[in-house]
Amino acid sequence: MKLTIPAFVGRIAFSALAALLGAVFALPLLWFLFAPFNARAELGLAVPEPWTLQNFVTVFGNSYAVQALWNSFIQAIGGVILIGAAATLAAYALSRSSIPGKGAVTYILLLFSSVVSGSAAMVPIFLIISAAGLMDTHIAVILTFAGGLLPTAMFILRDFIDSIPKSYEESAMVAGASPVQAFFDVALPVIRPGIVVIVVWSFVNIWGSFLIPFILLRSDRNMPASVAIYSFYSEAGTPIVTLLAAYSLIYSLPVIALYLFVSWKFGFRFFGGIKA
Amino acid sequence: MTTDPAPAPQRKKRNFALLSSRAGAAFLTPAGILVSVFVIFPFFWVIFVSFTNRTLIGRTALNPEFVGFANYLALFDPATFFQRGQFGFSLILTTQFVLASALIGQALLGLLLAWLIQTVPPTIKRITETFVIAAWILPEVVIGFAWFAFLDRDQGTLNMLLESVGLPPGDFLLDQPFWVIVVFNTWRGAAFSMMLFNSAFSSIPPSYFQAADVAGASSWQKFRDIGLPLIRGHIVTDLILITMWTFNTFTPFLLTNGGPSYRTELVSIYNYRVAFQDFQFGKGAAVGVIMMLINLAFALVYLSLGRKKAPKS
Repeated sequence: MKLTIPAFVGRIAFSALAALLGAVFALPLLWFLFAPFNARAELGLAVPEPWTLQNFVTVFGNSYAVQALWNSFIQAIGGVILIGAAATLAAYALSRSSIPGKGAVTYILLLFSSVVSGSAAMVPIFLIISAAGLMDTHIAVILTFAGGLLPTAMFILRDFIDSIPKSYEESAMVAGASPVQAFFDVALPVIRPGIVVIVVWSFVNIWGSFLIPFILLRSDRNMPASVAIYSFYSEAGTPIVTLLAAYSLIYSLPVIALYLFVSWKFGFRFFGGIKA
Repeated sequence: MTTDPAPAPQRKKRNFALLSSRAGAAFLTPAGILVSVFVIFPFFWVIFVSFTNRTLIGRTALNPEFVGFANYLALFDPATFFQRGQFGFSLILTTQFVLASALIGQALLGLLLAWLIQTVPPTIKRITETFVIAAWILPEVVIGFAWFAFLDRDQGTLNMLLESVGLPPGDFLLDQPFWVIVVFNTWRGAAFSMMLFNSAFSSIPPSYFQAADVAGASSWQKFRDIGLPLIRGHIVTDLILITMWTFNTFTPFLLTNGGPSYRTELVSIYNYRVAFQDFQFGKGAAVGVIMMLINLAFALVYLSLGRKKAPKS
C-alpha cells in the first residue's frame, strides 16, 4: 500500500511522540546508569570519570548491607516456597475436585484479598504477629506475605489448570494411578509453567516490598534490603549517594533478571497482567 | 489475561471428579489456614480493635478498654476534620490523588501509549515499552530514591533540564509536593494500563482497521470509532483496578514521608503515622476499617462486572 504524504507525516509524528514519552519515562532512571559507577557521584547527572566499581567494593565490604540482601533473599524464597506449594495444591483442588461451595469460596477469597490490603490492615497484622510471638523474625514476614499473596496466586493458577484438559489425569487413572499419583506424576509437570509464573510474581512482590518488613522487623540482623537501604544516610540525615546508588542497582538486579526471564519465556504481556 | 478474576462459569456437574472431596479438602487446607489467619481474621480483628483504646506501648497496650465509637468520632470530629494532618484532609487529598494520578494520569497515558505502540516501528516500540515497564517493576524503594535525586533542587536532573531550556528551576518537593506525587504515581503505574489496553487492542480483528484504512480513516477516527468502543469493558476493569491500587498505595511515603507538613499524607500514610508513630492502635484500626469499607465498595463493583459477562481476554 502506498503511503500518502499526510499519512507519512502522521507516522513520523507518532514515532516522535512515542519516543518522547519513552524518554520522559527514562529520565528519572538515567541517573542509575551513571552514579553507581562514579566514585564521586552526587545527586546530579554526571558521566563518571573514570568509570569504576569502587562503590560496589564498598557495598560488599559493608557486612550489614550484605546481610540485608541475604535477608531479602531468605524472606522472598521462604515466601515463594510456601506460596508455590500451597497455591498449587489449593488451585488443583478448586479446579479438579467436587467440593461443595467451591464457587462461594472463590468469591469470598477474591473479595477479601482485594479488601484487606497491607496499608489498610497494618494494625491487625502487627497485632497478630505480636500475639504469636513472631515479632522481628523472618518467619513473620514470610507468613504475612504468604497469606496476602496466596489468593491471587491461587486464581492465576486455577485459571491455568482449568485450561488443561482433564484427559491427562483421566488416562493415568484408567491405567491404575491413584488420584494423588495422577496429581504428582501427571498434572504437576503439565502445570509447571503456571507455577513458574506465580513463583516469579511472588518473588518480585516480596523482594521489592517495604511496608510489611518495615513494621514487623526491628533489629538490623533481620532487615531486608528495602529497609536497610535507609541506613546509607549520614548522621546529619543526608544520603551517602555513592553507596545508595550502587546498592540500589544490586538490589534491583534480581527483579530485572526475572523480568527478562519471564518476557523471554512467556512474552511480557503475560507478566503484565499479574502484578498485584 | 489473568487480570480477570471472574469466577469461571459453573461447569456442568459431572458425576466423576478427579479428586475426591476429602482429598480436595486436604489440598485446600494449607492455603486455607494461611489466608484465614493473615487475610480474613485481620479483617474482623481490625473492626474489634477499632472499638478499643489500644496503644502500642503503656498500660492500654496490654489491657485495652472498650470505648465504643470514640475513635470514629475523633476521626470525624467536625471541628478538626478538614485541618491539615487530620483524617478528613487526608481522605480528600487521597481522593484528589486517585482522580488525578490514576483515573486521569495512568489511564489516559496508558491509553495513549497503547495506541501509539500499535503503529510505531518495532525499535521505538520496544525502547518505549522497556522504560515504561521499568518504571513499574523496579522496587519501590529504588524508585523513591531515583525521584529524590531527579527532583533535587541544586543538582537534580529535572532542574538541570529546565535551566538548559531557560526555564526557572524549582524546589518541587517543597513547593508542589502534591503534584510531585501525582506525576510520580502516574509515571510509576502507567505501565499496567498500557499493557492492559495494548492486549485489548491486539484482540481486535485487524480486518476492522484495514477496512477503515481503505475508507481513508485517520488514526484518531480509528481510535474513536473502532478502538475505543471495542475495549470499553477493559477500560472499566482498568479504572477499578488502578483506583484500588492507587487508593492503597504507600509508595509516595518513600519520596515525601507524607510531608512537608502533611501535604502529601495519603490515608495509607495517615494510618501508619497514627498507629506506628503516635502509637494509637485503636484509632489506626478505625482508619483501617474505613479504608477496607472503601475497598469493599470497589471490589463489589468489580466482581459484579466480572460475574455479568466473565470476559476472556
